[in-house]
Amino acid sequence: MATVHEIDTGGHAPALEARNLSVFYGEKQAVKDVSLVIPAHQVVALIGPSGCGKSTLLRCFNRMNDLVIGARIEGEVLFHGQNLYDSDVDPVEVRRRIGMVFQKPNPFPKSVYENAAFGPRIQGFKGDLDDLVEESLRAAALWDEVSDRLSESAYTLSGGQQQRLCIARTLAVKPEIVLMDEPASALDPIATQKIEDLIWELKERYTIVIVTHNMQQAARISDYAAFLYMGELIEYGPTDTIFTNPKEERTESYVTGRFG
Amino acid sequence: MKERAIGWALFACAGLSTLVTAGIVCILLRETLGFFSEVSIVEYLTGTEWTPQFGEKHFGVLPLAAGSLLIATGAAIVAVPIGLLTAIYMSEYARHRTRSVLKPTLELLAGVPTVVYGYFALTFITPLIRQFFPETDIFNAASAAVVVGIMIIPTVSSLSEDALRAVPQALREGAFGLGATKLEVSLRVVVPAALSGIVASFILAISRAVGETMAVSIAAGNLAQLTANPLKSIQTMTAYVVQVSLGDTPQGTIVYQTLFAVAFTLFLITLAMNILSQWVMRRFREVYE
Repeated sequence: MATVHEIDTGGHAPALEARNLSVFYGEKQAVKDVSLVIPAHQVVALIGPSGCGKSTLLRCFNRMNDLVIGARIEGEVLFHGQNLYDSDVDPVEVRRRIGMVFQKPNPFPKSVYENAAFGPRIQGFKGDLDDLVEESLRAAALWDEVSDRLSESAYTLSGGQQQRLCIARTLAVKPEIVLMDEPASALDPIATQKIEDLIWELKERYTIVIVTHNMQQAARISDYAAFLYMGELIEYGPTDTIFTNPKEERTESYVTGRFG
Repeated sequence: MKERAIGWALFACAGLSTLVTAGIVCILLRETLGFFSEVSIVEYLTGTEWTPQFGEKHFGVLPLAAGSLLIATGAAIVAVPIGLLTAIYMSEYARHRTRSVLKPTLELLAGVPTVVYGYFALTFITPLIRQFFPETDIFNAASAAVVVGIMIIPTVSSLSEDALRAVPQALREGAFGLGATKLEVSLRVVVPAALSGIVASFILAISRAVGETMAVSIAAGNLAQLTANPLKSIQTMTAYVVQVSLGDTPQGTIVYQTLFAVAFTLFLITLAMNILSQWVMRRFREVYE
């Protein structure tokens, strides 16, 4: 019954590919036999109503589900031809190359500088840490706001600044793919705007997979959109098509706001 | 009408313990003031000999204070690392079932009567120490310090674990998401975030070690001498109080009054440590939101 969603990736190489991926939490199956290709240097949005499995699917891409007791994964996630769930793959290494930004800003109770420096430090970074911190904060469009308060606690920043700090922290590790789990859902409209602008800039250098329940946001920022419902991938394709000319009736009902 | 009576009855219960505390402090203070009308505070605080029961009386509390300090330090050396590592294991590493067995077992340590610890020190720890240091006194500070340390491990591990578990899961996920190993997450994110709670647990545990009486009375030797050598016999403040209380010291004598002076000093020390730990705890609530 597996539907393979062949999509035209417009010549973009695949950055990540899920093959017949299923996730179980105990008895409950949260993701059902999902196969999809994430094209490199594109923004892919995972959309769907609450509980549809979109966050669970996202967390499969860097093995964050390993941390959930009772979670079981079947199928494959291919990254550079390697199945991330092979027994010889170290999840720590996976997470260094596939970073994650969470729903609520979760900076460490440390200074702004130490937050950005955390990833490089644990990897034993040998270069100029000051440069890397500045570069990461600039890439997250935060440098101008915090350059004179690097030693202050990250909690003195606003929610939107904290979330951009979390993005900077992720970029400092120099991942290839950045996973974002509703990164703007806890933020006000202006802070959300900044995050969205940032995502648009980041795709130059990174592949981005973003979970969102905000339809307008998905339409604004993503190149491709995947609609999930009850753990199944219902439809996947270029965002334009998903929003204006979906093949599936359920997709159309959802994106036009008839349910969800 | 009935409600009011119940209210009053409950107030009386609550008031009773407050009154008792106030009463104890008053009696301590009265006898302590009596003591200091005969002995100068300077002699008490700076004297290096404590011989109230001898013909030539000296009232320098330093030997007793040093004894208590030696026990507290030794106990801390045992309990702080073991307690903290246990807490990290239980909070970050142990599976649910392991923890549900380990935690009650550890708390059982706190339920062992202290007199048992005293004999354990005397009959097991001391012979063990003497195998390495034959010149060790039969009654010595080290063995008492070790058992007091074991005794306060549950205080450190239980309170530290509470502090560690209070650290939001989101912080752990953030660190894992950056490719941190479990050890890095534990030591670089969770422990620093819980540090004030952990430090407060240390202070509370050490304050228990200072107040511990029975084990040190049995094992440490009851010989008030000013030494930093843990292999020698010493006497702590609490052990002195026990020794004199058990003897036939006539009321109103200077020896009798030393009991209260020492007890009051002890009271001030543990009070200060409790206040310190409360203060540290309060600061810790502000660290993360």
